[in-house]
Amino acid sequence: MIKLKINGNVVDIDVDETTPLLWVLRENLGLTGSKYGCGIGSCGACTVHINGEAVRSCLVPVSTLNTSKEIVTIEGLSADTSHPVQQAWKELDVPQCGYCQSGMIMSAAALLKKKPQPSDADIDENVTNICRCGTFNRVRRGIHLAVQKNNKS
Amino acid sequence: MKKEIINVSRREFLISSGKVGAGFTIGLYLPGCSEQSGNEIHATSGATKMAPPQEISSTPAKGLKEVNAWVVIQPDDTVIIRIARSEMGQGTLTGLAQLVAEELECDWSKVTTEYPTPGENIKRDNIWRDFMTGGSFGIRGSHSYVRKGGAVARHMLIEAAAEQWGVDMAECSAANSVITHTPSGRTISYGKVADAAAELFPPEHVELKDPKDWKLIGQPVKRLDTDEKLNGKQVYGADLWMEGMLNASIKACPVFGGKLKSFDASKVTSMPGVHKVVAVGDDAVAVVAKTWWQAKTALDKLPISWDKGANAKVSTASIDAMLDEGLTSSKKVFVGNKNGDVNKALKGASKVVEATYRYPYQNHATMEPMNATAIWTKDKCEVWCPTQNGTAALQATAQAAGLPVSQCDVHKLHLGGGFGRRGAIHDFVVQAVAIAKQLPGTPVKLLWSREEDMAHGMYHPITMCKLTGGLNNKGDLTSLRVRISGQSILASINPAWMTNGADMFTFQGMLPEGDHAISYSVPNLLVDHAMRNPPVPPGFWRGVNINQNAIYFESFIDELAHTTDKDPLAFRQALMTKHPKSLAVLNAVAKKAGWGTPTEKGVGRGLAVCKAFASHIAACAEVSVNDKGELKILRIVAATDPGYAVNPQQIEAQVEGSFVFGLSALLYGECTIKDGAVEQSNFHDYPSMKIKEMPKVDVIVMPSGGFWGGVGEPTIAVAAPAVLNAIYAATGKRIRQFPLKDVDLNA
Ligand code: FES
Ligand code: FES
Repeated sequence: MIKLKINGNVVDIDVDETTPLLWVLRENLGLTGSKYGCGIGSCGACTVHINGEAVRSCLVPVSTLNTSKEIVTIEGLSADTSHPVQQAWKELDVPQCGYCQSGMIMSAAALLKKKPQPSDADIDENVTNICRCGTFNRVRRGIHLAVQKNNKS
Repeated sequence: MKKEIINVSRREFLISSGKVGAGFTIGLYLPGCSEQSGNEIHATSGATKMAPPQEISSTPAKGLKEVNAWVVIQPDDTVIIRIARSEMGQGTLTGLAQLVAEELECDWSKVTTEYPTPGENIKRDNIWRDFMTGGSFGIRGSHSYVRKGGAVARHMLIEAAAEQWGVDMAECSAANSVITHTPSGRTISYGKVADAAAELFPPEHVELKDPKDWKLIGQPVKRLDTDEKLNGKQVYGADLWMEGMLNASIKACPVFGGKLKSFDASKVTSMPGVHKVVAVGDDAVAVVAKTWWQAKTALDKLPISWDKGANAKVSTASIDAMLDEGLTSSKKVFVGNKNGDVNKALKGASKVVEATYRYPYQNHATMEPMNATAIWTKDKCEVWCPTQNGTAALQATAQAAGLPVSQCDVHKLHLGGGFGRRGAIHDFVVQAVAIAKQLPGTPVKLLWSREEDMAHGMYHPITMCKLTGGLNNKGDLTSLRVRISGQSILASINPAWMTNGADMFTFQGMLPEGDHAISYSVPNLLVDHAMRNPPVPPGFWRGVNINQNAIYFESFIDELAHTTDKDPLAFRQALMTKHPKSLAVLNAVAKKAGWGTPTEKGVGRGLAVCKAFASHIAACAEVSVNDKGELKILRIVAATDPGYAVNPQQIEAQVEGSFVFGLSALLYGECTIKDGAVEQSNFHDYPSMKIKEMPKVDVIVMPSGGFWGGVGEPTIAVAAPAVLNAIYAATGKRIRQFPLKDVDLNA
């Protein structure tokens, strides 16, 4: 049994310890917002927060986790899609197919936590997710808009 | 612009008056999301146990009477618009709903959508017509009949209100889901008369609005499908979960055409969660387990031996040799465009320029890997999958299930990208059904690993192109010979679509007329195709042949312009006098990009223009190349004339997205072949562009009206050549082999 803290809840999970967090989230906990895109840390579709940092969950075996690590998934980013990044995304109609967007949003939200006023260079360096539909320019605008929203609230 | 009068057939009514009823719910479940209440929750291996599953249905209109096949209105005035095409990010769901809603005169804020199933479509005599979503056809292929659907429904709603009031319907009008009887000022909302409207006969004919009266078409309204993409609630095929479902991971013989020889299931059957190891068709093996991760882990350990077959020695080099031969051969050559006498004209030219280009195999690499979920019993088979063509998926299902189509159905889910991979060939559906057939009654979800997706694409076909241009003593282009050598998509996918053995699709952008007509007038022209089909399966791809054809053509036009010391813009303009719409987009980008104004050292601008999917598009790229040979794409100005622009902000998104797709292909896209298999296996060796490389894009949407052009793909065509021509302007280096990752820009 492994105990994890996910979106504020403590859960007991009985899985092989080598199972990556991504698959525990998706298959054992039904939190399918985090996506599988590559399984090797290349695409970012599986991005979640662990203690506030953006982490690619496909590379994290659950054996390395315990309840001292606060895991937040897209489902737990806000209760009502009210996070400034989600709001900015909505305003700009950022998603196309949307498959990469949970990861994109989680990367952007983690960046804003670290750097509340990120420059374009900060965005380039921190938001390294792949989007095959090609939403990058709206993602960039969305991050800047989220900063404004943050400042207002 | 005239109003269109559209006749409505009785037959259509009789079919459409039926309810969408029993058997149309899909009862699929979404695992409980973030609804935990802070209690401790226990989840055991595989047995997902969180908040109770929340039922979602693809048919919110279940049990309600429809006004007609396209429109269902609930008592609370919610308008459900049925969409037959698939949403894969391109915004077609919203655009098509706008078309219906325009004529329906409904309250846009109350619009939702649903997908009818292809099985239902067949039962109702094809009432929703074409489910195929590709070739940028979503809107341009259905604008007329979906608007008609909205107009017919509006008419029936007004008629129902008039009947209820006992007044002449000519005295009534509708706007924003409210019907008004003008003389008395009485009003009633759609939701109150929808039931009565459903009982009426449709009108003999309806008039579609004059485009100048459109209120919703042409507006940059927000997409209808955004909310669930922001909080993880959108269910893609890969996310599907059903009670009792098992998960499958698959491996097909990596060598194209190879077969499965044997596997040793005993080595993995005792691994956690493993349920069964099954052969799938004659070329693949799958592990079925409680969870996908367990299935994949076991599959990785499964000893498998393959019969590699005839293609075991095929390599990129052997394929190149085939194509090389085709560049000069006269065998299996098909003509795509011809006027004048090119050979004679070339002989008489003052100057002849020749160049050969090559474009590689590429994978679609949709973010969501291929997947499908199937339940098979001896008299029924149902599939849930992301597909660009529900009808084709249904046919694949029936065939694999060994059942008549009437005993099968396919439930479409939003796609995590399509790009052509999920359209013509449903290999993943066939596999899912083949697995489910070995576990009757149990839902099985097959999800490909990224590695499987890389190994078994339907690849962007490979071609080479040799261009020979003849210039007169004034430097005008008088003759042009274009020889394409390489693969035909149709020969592999559907030979029935070929024209006397030719694949006319190969000539996208170079044809004498039509949606993919050449944008230039050349007095002596010959474009032909030496068909050479290597054993690597090709498929439609976002843009497909227009992508490399525009590179070949637009790069070569640039080469010709530079040979004659002419300005590339002026050189093009001179050839485009008979192509005013293409010329207009070209001029628009040149103007906005400041064509002709000085650039800094190491910075260059490049142009490209073409007609694709009936739209006219052009781009001007500005790039820099530093002393280390590093390329930076600084800015792109893009113009598109799609005729009618249904949703300009979505067109802008598609144009930007097309640059990412086209430039990813240019910078990184290449699948190489070794020992009959693709060498690349994941995003580490098949990279895709990231935000860092994304230039600023200025989009000019300039709809000139009178035609319906596509928007999801055309711009890809101009992305790469504009950048390549800009690289030439910056460095003097002409690139004819792709992708750029293999090219030293400094050399
Ligand atoms: S799935 Fe984790 S980075 Fe791609
Ligand atoms: S929105 Fe489709 S992959 Fe990013």
